[in-house]
This record gives sequence, C-alpha cells and structure tokens, in this order.
Amino acid sequence: MKRLLGTAALAVVLAAGTAQAQTSVKIGVLSDMSSLYSDIAGPGSVVAAKMAIADFIAKNPGVKVELISGDHQNKADVGSQLANQWYDVDKVDLIIDTPNSGVAFAVSQISATKNKLFIVSGAAASDLTGPKCNANTIHWTYDTWMLANGTGKALVKTGGDTWFFLTADYAFGHSLERDTAAAVEKDGGKVLGKVRHPLNTNDFSSFLLQAQSSKAKIIGLANAGGDTINAIKAGAEFGIVKGGQKFAGLLVFASDVNALGLQTAQGLTLTETWYWDLNDANRAWTKRWQAERGAAGKFPTMVQAGVYSGITHYLKSVVALKSGADGKAVAAKMKEMPTDDPLFGKGTIRADGRKLHPAYLLEVKAPAESKHPGDFYKVRATIPADEAFRPLKEGGCPLVSG
Amino acid sequence: MCDVAGNRNRVFEIFGIPSTALFGQLLIGLINGSFYALLSLGLAVIFGMLNIINFSHGAQYMLGAFVAYLLLQYSGLGYWPALIVAPLIVGITGVIVERLFLQWLYKLDHLYGLLLTFGLALIIEGVARNQFGSAGLPYTLPDSLRGGQNLGFMFLPNYRAWVIVASLTICIGTWFVIERTRLGANLRAATENPTLVRAFGINVPRMITLTYGFGVALAAFAGVMAAPIYNVSPQMGSELIIVVFAVVVIGGMGSILGAIVTGFGLGVIEGLTKVFFPEASNTVIFVIMAIVLLVRPAGLFGRRA
Amino acid sequence: MEQRVADTLAKKPSVLRGHAETIAFMVMVAALIAAPFFTYPLFLMQAMCFALFACAFNLLIGYVGLLSFGHALYFGWASYLSAYSAKAWGFPPELAILTGTATAAICGLLAGSLAIRRQGIYFAMITLALAQMMYFFALQAKFTGGEDGIQAVPRGFLFGLIDLRNEATMYVVVLVIFLAGFLFIYRIIHSPFGEVLKAIRENEQRAISLGYKTDRYKLVAFVLSATLAGAAGATKAIVLQLASLTDVNWPMSGEVVLMTLVGGLGTIFGPVVGSFVILLMQYKLAAVGEWVLVIQGVIFVACVLLFRRGVIGELANKLRIRL
Repeated sequence: MKRLLGTAALAVVLAAGTAQAQTSVKIGVLSDMSSLYSDIAGPGSVVAAKMAIADFIAKNPGVKVELISGDHQNKADVGSQLANQWYDVDKVDLIIDTPNSGVAFAVSQISATKNKLFIVSGAAASDLTGPKCNANTIHWTYDTWMLANGTGKALVKTGGDTWFFLTADYAFGHSLERDTAAAVEKDGGKVLGKVRHPLNTNDFSSFLLQAQSSKAKIIGLANAGGDTINAIKAGAEFGIVKGGQKFAGLLVFASDVNALGLQTAQGLTLTETWYWDLNDANRAWTKRWQAERGAAGKFPTMVQAGVYSGITHYLKSVVALKSGADGKAVAAKMKEMPTDDPLFGKGTIRADGRKLHPAYLLEVKAPAESKHPGDFYKVRATIPADEAFRPLKEGGCPLVSG
Repeated sequence: MCDVAGNRNRVFEIFGIPSTALFGQLLIGLINGSFYALLSLGLAVIFGMLNIINFSHGAQYMLGAFVAYLLLQYSGLGYWPALIVAPLIVGITGVIVERLFLQWLYKLDHLYGLLLTFGLALIIEGVARNQFGSAGLPYTLPDSLRGGQNLGFMFLPNYRAWVIVASLTICIGTWFVIERTRLGANLRAATENPTLVRAFGINVPRMITLTYGFGVALAAFAGVMAAPIYNVSPQMGSELIIVVFAVVVIGGMGSILGAIVTGFGLGVIEGLTKVFFPEASNTVIFVIMAIVLLVRPAGLFGRRA
Repeated sequence: MEQRVADTLAKKPSVLRGHAETIAFMVMVAALIAAPFFTYPLFLMQAMCFALFACAFNLLIGYVGLLSFGHALYFGWASYLSAYSAKAWGFPPELAILTGTATAAICGLLAGSLAIRRQGIYFAMITLALAQMMYFFALQAKFTGGEDGIQAVPRGFLFGLIDLRNEATMYVVVLVIFLAGFLFIYRIIHSPFGEVLKAIRENEQRAISLGYKTDRYKLVAFVLSATLAGAAGATKAIVLQLASLTDVNWPMSGEVVLMTLVGGLGTIFGPVVGSFVILLMQYKLAAVGEWVLVIQGVIFVACVLLFRRGVIGELANKLRIRL
C-alpha cells in the first residue's frame, strides 16, 4: 500500500556491489518531463545525471548511488508532494534540477525542513540565493540576475548603450527588466523606453513598432520561451535587425535558438554559462549525451550540463563526509571544497549557496557562418566568475547577513 | 473620457504623429483579426452543422503548422504547396475524427461534443509534445514574401499584407458558398431540418462529415499562415482557442458574416489596446465579452435562442 | 440472489435508496479515517480538497445541467487569498480559509450573473473565458508572486490553539471540512431547492412555465458551487502551504471536469471517487511524465464515448441503486 504512491518507478541502481561499509546515497531528478521546460531540462537532465553517476562510480567503486526521477508537471503542488514523498518514503538524499521557480521555491523550503539537499539547475529566480536562501539549497547553473547583468553589461561595453525593453508583464519579467536596466545604467548606458506585454502574446508587431521608433540600439527581451520566440520572429519580418537594431535575449536557451532557426535568430545576443560547442571536453560530453539520449539532432542545454556538474561535486562531498544523510553538512562540505569538473571547470560555491563560474556572452551566427548542426553561437565575451553573479552582500540572504 | 485624453498624450509621446501611427496600428490589428476571423469562422461553420463546439480547433490549428513543418522537412514541400496540402491532410484527419467519434454524439447533449473534442485536443497536444518537444520548430518566411513596403506611416512586411488578403479571400469565399450557392442552401436547409433534406435525396451524414472536415481544414489553413510568424509549438493553439471562444460569444454563432466581422473587429480593438494600454491587451476581449453579455446577451449578430 | 436484491431495491426506491447512500457514506468515512495509516496523509488531504472541488463542480453540471469550464477561477483565487491572508496579514487558518471562500463567493456571484445569461455551450465558453481573464489578472497582480506563487504559507494555529503543523491534526481538520462540504451538497440536492434545480436540468422551459424564476435558481446554485470550490482551494493552500498559478489556469478547469466525468456526472459519490482516481494516476504517472496529457485525453474520449455514467454511475446502474 505504501508503494501505491511510489512514483519512483524509474529506480536505476548504478552501483558497484562491494559488501563492505559503503557509502550509499539516493538522488532524485525532479524535472518537467512533459510540458514547457521538458526540452531545456526534463529527460535530458536524467541522462546527464546517469552520466555523472557512471563517471563517478568508475573512479570510486565503493559508493552506491541510486537514481530516481519524476515529473513535477510544472505544478508547485505536484512538485512539493513528490519532494515530500521522496524524502519521507523513498529516502532520497538529494533532489536536483527542478525548472520552474514556483516548484523550486517549494522544494527548497521542504529540503530545509527535512534537512536534505537541493541543487537547483533548472530554475532561474535569483531569490533562491537572495532573501529566500537557506542552508540546504545550492543554486548551480545560472540565475536571472546573472543573465540580466551579463547581457546588459557586456552589451554596453561593446557599444550597445541605448536600450528599449519588451517586458513580460509579471513578476519574472519585471525583475529581469529591473536588473538589466540597472546594469545598463551603471555602465553609462541609457534606457529609452519600455513596453509591458502580457504573457503569451502572439503578435508582437505593435510592440516592435514602438521599439523601432525609439531608435534604441538594443531591444532587450525581458521575457521567455514562446514570447521571446514570437518577438524575434516578428522582428525578422519587420526588418528590425536589418535596420541596425539588435535583440538581446535575457532568458534564451539553445533550444529556443533551434526553434527560431538561424535565419531568423541571427544577431541575437544572449548569455549562457555553458555551451556545448565551446571546447573539446564539452563536445566529447555532448557526443556521449546524444548517444545516451538517443537523439543525435538534440543538443544539451546548460541546465542539463549543470545537473552533471552538480551531481559530480555532490558525490565528491558525500565521499569526503562518508555520508549523505545530513543535508546541511553536505551543503557545508560542498561550499568548503572547490569544484572541478570537465564541463564547468574550476569554481566555488558561496556561503549563500550560489555556485560561481564564468558566463559567456554569445551571439547567434548567420546561417552562412554555421558549419555544422548545432553550431549556433560565436562567443562575444567571457565574463569572469567573480563578475558574473550578484555580489554576496547585495543578495540579502539571511545566511550571510545573520 | 478623461482616460482617453490621457492615453492620447501617450501616443504623442511614442509616435510623434498620432494619426498616421494610429493607422499603422489599425492595420496590424486587422492582421491579427485575420486569425481570429479564420478560426471563429471554422467554429461557426462546424457549430452550424454539427451543433458541436469544436474544442480541438486550437489543436488542429497547431496541427496545420506542424504538418507544414513536416512537409518541408521530409518531402521538401515549401510554404505554397503546404498552404493547400496541410489543410487537406488535417481536414482528412478531421473527417476520420468525425466518423470515428463525433457521429455517435449527435443525439446526446451538446456538452458531450465539447468534452470529447477537449479530450482530443489534449491528445493531439500531448503527442506533439512527445514527438517534437515543447520549445517549438523553426519555420521561416517564404522567400517570395520577404521584405516589405514602406507605406510612409509604417513598414508593412509583405507577409502580413498577404495574410490579410488571403484570409479575407477565404472568409468571403466561405460566406459566399454558404449564403449564395445551391450547395450552401442545401447545407443551411440540412441544419434546419435534416429529415426533410434527406427526403430530397441528399446524403446528410456525408454532408456533416465534410463540413467538419472543412471547418478543421480552415483551422489548419490558419495554422500554416501562422507558422512563419508565430512560434510553432504544441501549445500555440490552446491559449488562442480560449480567446476565439470569447470572440464567438461576442459575435454569436448565428451568422457566418457575424463571425468574420467580429473576428476582424476584435483584432483591431486588441491592436489598439496594445498601444494605449498594453498591459490589458490580452484581457480586453474578455472584458468586451462581459459588456456584450450585459447589453446584448445573444451576441452582436446572434439570434436569441 | 443479487438480482433479486436489486429488484427489490428498484421497487422500493424511497426507503432503500437512503440506505445505499448511508452505507456508501459510512464506507467512505471509514476509509478516510483508516487511510492515513496506510498511505501518505499529505496525498489524502490534497485528494480530499480536490474531491470537494469536484463535488462543488458536480453540483452545477450534475444537478442543474450547467457545464462550467472555468471552475479554476474560484478554486485558484480562493487559494491565493487564503494563502495571502495567512502569510501577509497573519490570519489564523480558519479565518484565512473563510477569506478565500468569501472571495470565491464574490467571484462566483459576478461571473455567474454574466454566465447564466446564456445557455448550454455558450455558458461553458463564457465561464472559460472569464476564468482565463482572471488567470491573467492573477498573473499580473503583485500579491500573487507571478510564477513563483505564494510560498511558505504558515499553517498556524486553529482557533489560536491547535497546532496545524502536526499532520494528524491537519488531517482531521481537512476531513471535517470535506465531510461538511459533502453533506452540505447532499442537503442542497435533496432540498426543495434542489428539486427545482433538477427540474431546470430536465426542462428549463417547463420550470419557467411553472412559475419558477429559473435564472435566480441557477445563480444561487452557481454561487454555492463557486463558494464550495473556493473552500476546497482555500483549504488546499493551507495544507500544502502554497498557492500557485496552476490552480487558476485553464487546465485545472479541465481537470475537475475530468474528475467528475470519470466518477460519474450527477452522482453524489462519483466526484469523490473520480478525483482520487485522477490524482492517483497523476502521481503514478509522475515517473513516465511524458504521456500524462495524452492519457488524460484518452480518458476523456473514452468516458464520453463508452462510460458516460462514470465509475459510480455504472456501479449504481448495475446495482440499481442511487449513489
């Protein structure tokens, strides 16, 4: 009867069976498997997790790692239900991934109450290491502040000093716009105007006309997903880029660029912390990922790479502690040890739970420049780890001030 | 009234010359309205004949765009052939759906038709997500319609102009067939009194099936038209269909012409809202619906049932 | 033997009908009291909230024949107000739930008076459109926290005394709310007022010609349904300690239709069974997530084509009793 609710069907034991007192942990990939974010995280994150575990066990045969996965369907209540149950019934030690900030906040809170560990790779909200931070949550791959600041700052430096914002009219869009505008103005840029559009707007032409007549050099897209894609598609049609203006996507993933096609997306600037075609290590990893995933035409996102990197560091810390039971202790150990993995290189985790690594300002190539499938970007600038993320004292995280 | 004056000042600020800019926005609104008109026309045609509200209309619109993408990917058929082939294919799936499922529901409460097509919409959307992911698929503008005209007050992309022309043609053509031809007369008669029409030797069930297929093909046509300019994703239809429902409530499904006029009209109103009060541009149609319900419950063109 | 029992049941419906319902009710209560010892209490609490939601929805579709495709509005807005008042204003849980419920009642009054102006399919479309409008408001409003929702809602102390952080006490509270709502709906259905509602469902014109102001009856039923849906949403926000966009969005409206349809439209126990079935399925499927939407769609189609009476409806029909 207990197993009646056992959602954890996909239990994969990837372990070496040494009988002696071995360290054993259970990891749950909680992700969006079926809806909006299933491309940027979802099944691809599970594959990344499996790879991380396999790689780690190859070097540390004494560790037993179990992996389960579940679909939070983008619903905070489903997510929190699953998290509760994983911790209580299935004895999961770590939950990872969790795109959708609503779900992430819920899981973060549960992890703190039950003293387990939560590594966020998929969700963007920078409040996770800000006012709502806790000692059991680590935010790995990226966040809204970093995207806003990275893109804003780097573009102003390279001449994009006048901005017009197309902002999705809800909390997420507002905070992206606010953070970007602050970064732009801090470096001497100017915000010429903005227009707030509702979520899931189909037709952006009216807003684009306003952006066009503002004569701003950069049109900042403080929105995500379908809205960003629709805005850029309409922009291509109205000759925005041909007219000399540029789009800056403040939350754009490789999968979005793929959905647009290079013909439409060329010239779009964005920030990511990981790009599959950046170096040989990433390319080799991507090949393995594609083989595991059974999708040669798909390319891993930074979120999925973050899952790999996060689990790798987590397992190192567990081995150092010889136990994964105490979430706070593992988190403290993770913060104490420097991180090092093939995908994100060397890095650190700050007291507020923020993982630090470099970010890359990328520009989408024109179709003619693209040499092979997935050859999306050229790197415009590298933002060093200590500049990429919000300074510790500005976050307002109680772990730091108190 | 005071509010309107205030808004006008904003136009001054944004555009400098309000009258011409306003004209540009009107034109854009008309383009949006094209999609509303095409979709609500399809709904009205289906409703008229089958007495079913086709909840899967949005999913079938999405299907049109997806089929266009697949045609391009796997058989190299570009935009122009897709504009005919995709609606045909989706229309045929509609015929199958009608034969397999819908025909069993005509004797029941109309609500079951709504529920069944809602289920179908979930299935179509779910399958599309599993096969193609949720981010969307690339579909670029046909080369022949790239670029645009500078009209002085605005830059009108050629593709948008084409959207208006094409959808107006389809809408008026449909209206003409239904209201002014013998085929249409038979259709209308079959809606009023199927038994009698059957007595004249007309195959009413087949007529119903083909009508559903045609309505669905209209949705797919709109989908192909949308593919180059909107995000081609599994969820592209589900949000839109709710707005189109509101459009249909406002217009009333009694008349074909009503569906067309309301579709275009509301597109324009929504377009203007994007200038004056962008935050409300996705709720304005619902607000209008509420007002219409208060003043004229049967809808602008509806007959009181 | 069974057949004979069924026959006698059919012959004396008035006496035995009551018995069948009483027995079923006893079984349900016993099951709900025993269940937390066997399965996860949080799941059960959530399921009871959905069950009440579905029962409230069923009051409209099953007994007045009105299909509301926008019931997420009342469920979701109640859960927002309940969560917000508990968190930001420090309301105790009973007041927070009342605040949420009252919000739903007001929304129901406004939306209902618009929607009942049209019948049948139009009614469904209007309720859907109004709910979508309110979804956008919820998205844009500051207090709802947009995509993040309202998180970490305190469960607080019931009447200032009873600590609801204890799962067992919380469970009892939810059980009481659910049963109270359930019995209230039962009472409505079997009151003279409920008889008029059923008359409207069967033939509105006849009810009008008998001198009933059917619009007024429909509106009252609508508000009652919205209010009870609100009570469910408000309770859920306290139980799960969060309120999010999911609860106001249109798929939620579709889900409650599905729950009721699976259980059986117009049966008293159907929505309860339906919501447990659907929720169980959702959690079961969490591991194979990719197909949730498709499976839900298939169930919809199958129910409409093959089991229009739903689980309980078919059962009741087999046994020739009312449930």
